[in-house]
Amino acid sequence: MRTIALRDALREALHEEMARDESVFVIGEDVIAHGGPYTVTQGIVDKWPDRIFETPIAEAGIVGLGVGAALAGMRPVVEIMYVDFITCAMDEVVNQAAKMRYMTGGQASVPIVIRLPCGPARLVAAQHSQIMESWFMHVPGLQVAAPSTPYDAKGLMKTAIRSPDPVAFFEYKALYVSEGEVPEEDYVIPFGKADIKREGEDATVVAIGGMVPRALEAGVALEDEGYDIEVVDPRTLAPLDMETICESVRRTGRAVVCEMDSSFAGTGAEIAAALAEQCFHDLRAPIVRVGSPHVPMPFAEELVNVTVPDSAAVCDAVRKVMA
Amino acid sequence: MTLNAELSRRIYTDMWRIRLFEEEALRQTSLGSVKGTLHTYCGEEAIAVAVCAHLRDDDYVLGTHRSHGHCLAKGAPMDRMMAELFGRATGSCRAKGGSMHIADFSRNILGANGIVAGGIGPGTGTALASRIRKSDQVSVVFFGDGAAARGPFHEGLLFGSLWKLPVIYVCENNGYQQWVPRKNVAVVDSVADMAASYAIPGVSVDGQDLEAVYEAAGEAVARARNGEGPTLIEARTYRFYGHSLGDMEEYRSREEVDDWRENRDPIKLFSAWMKERQWLGDDEDEAIQGEVAAEVSRSVAYAEESPLPEPEDVLTDVLDTEWRVSA
Repeated sequence: MRTIALRDALREALHEEMARDESVFVIGEDVIAHGGPYTVTQGIVDKWPDRIFETPIAEAGIVGLGVGAALAGMRPVVEIMYVDFITCAMDEVVNQAAKMRYMTGGQASVPIVIRLPCGPARLVAAQHSQIMESWFMHVPGLQVAAPSTPYDAKGLMKTAIRSPDPVAFFEYKALYVSEGEVPEEDYVIPFGKADIKREGEDATVVAIGGMVPRALEAGVALEDEGYDIEVVDPRTLAPLDMETICESVRRTGRAVVCEMDSSFAGTGAEIAAALAEQCFHDLRAPIVRVGSPHVPMPFAEELVNVTVPDSAAVCDAVRKVMA
Repeated sequence: MTLNAELSRRIYTDMWRIRLFEEEALRQTSLGSVKGTLHTYCGEEAIAVAVCAHLRDDDYVLGTHRSHGHCLAKGAPMDRMMAELFGRATGSCRAKGGSMHIADFSRNILGANGIVAGGIGPGTGTALASRIRKSDQVSVVFFGDGAAARGPFHEGLLFGSLWKLPVIYVCENNGYQQWVPRKNVAVVDSVADMAASYAIPGVSVDGQDLEAVYEAAGEAVARARNGEGPTLIEARTYRFYGHSLGDMEEYRSREEVDDWRENRDPIKLFSAWMKERQWLGDDEDEAIQGEVAAEVSRSVAYAEESPLPEPEDVLTDVLDTEWRVSA
């Protein structure tokens, strides 16, 4: 099978869905010029000039218009240049997009995809490096996807676009150029289906988004120590496939939960709490969480390196649950 | 369409429908049957009915926390609205929205909105949808003068103007932002003047004068439908009741309220206007009010007879759980 980068997989998903359904359109800052900073929307303007909208720098307006177009039956794919900027449009996401179906007693459908490039990549400090998945997981009515491979990115993006409900779609900037096998034919990945990225017997490592490759690296490093870890990638955080995660933990008896974001009140906290509730008697060691300390993202590389967990941090956590 | 006798009587009837619906809802609140709070539209009726008189069924309307009038004027069934206020399973939103979220998607009433300026971006987005689909639908967004302070107002108008979208922005300036007089917190008197910053027409009209609102709205709807872009209409109006239930109204005088009720009531003014033209007789006027009162009573009976929601309903309508993806 051919190998392409994650950003190319996303672009392919967009092109295929736009060809498939004329209600799909793209809106965001710089999405025509260069296809956005990440080139994901490249080529759309040539094929569908009336279905791509390059906007002023006005996130509340961008998302607000997307919500309205979705209410009127369109399928907007909104690009927010950095997830950090979605804070300028939180009303539109939380009060408008997410609650509309419920508040109207099921009348409204808001099929909007909000693309949220996230995480540390270049050294761009605290306002261009956040992750924030857990903020959106906490809002009823939102779906949250966080792919870690090109294959998952394409399949989840196609599902997101076809979904009748809003999706916060997290794209780890550091993974845009990572490559992987992606089929050329149409395929979708249902939401709420975790994927076991590596099978193992000794400990379950639940890894989210950008932590998946780091957990896989840790898996290789730990082989030398005789530890065989299983890496589970939830792929979507809302809905969250606790069934697959619990099944793995019941087999291994040990759990490490990894995210790049601050651990405090984070995604890992939810997963760890659910594991404690559902698998307590299967656990042979306390659950260990891996994540950033509760600080804004610093600037200097030396500081970033001690903030964002790497594969060594995953290894340390595994040693702890194995001890 | 110019205002003729028949259309005027229909509009006049709708004003009474809004007035009596809300006065009954207030009464039912004191009886404990209507729950939660109410933001009443009484005093502002001319605006909703005059604007909606220009709209087709498939045109979009988005509202505010004070939207009973917008919903009734656009054709939402009164009985289901009353049932919603009663918190019944037959309500417009099946008892999940209440007064601030009434919607009727079958009539493209895409919802009242509890967030000030919350409807402006989405309303502009419905107009973008019409543009992409090349339909000639128009969108109307109602909001209060308080919304003009918020970012989404400015961003929404910018987008509407930039892409010349078929949208009409209707600001109902009732002079108060909850309990604060507009003059204490605004730096320009007329919201219509703010249209200049977005290079669209801004029109300020007397919101108690139905004919004035009707003419301004007619021009704005025609412009939008012809692809000439948005208009910002400011309708100067007044809230007869407080901001919401329990408002002590310490910020305005009894005399001020009485003066508006006595001399600036849009229903009285329009009734007199029609009678001058011999378009409405006293008997007819009485008959209209009687019919509306009967419709309101029927809506109360419908609400009272309707079932309460079931506890398990709380978990439905968060997401479309029936939906499955397939390749």
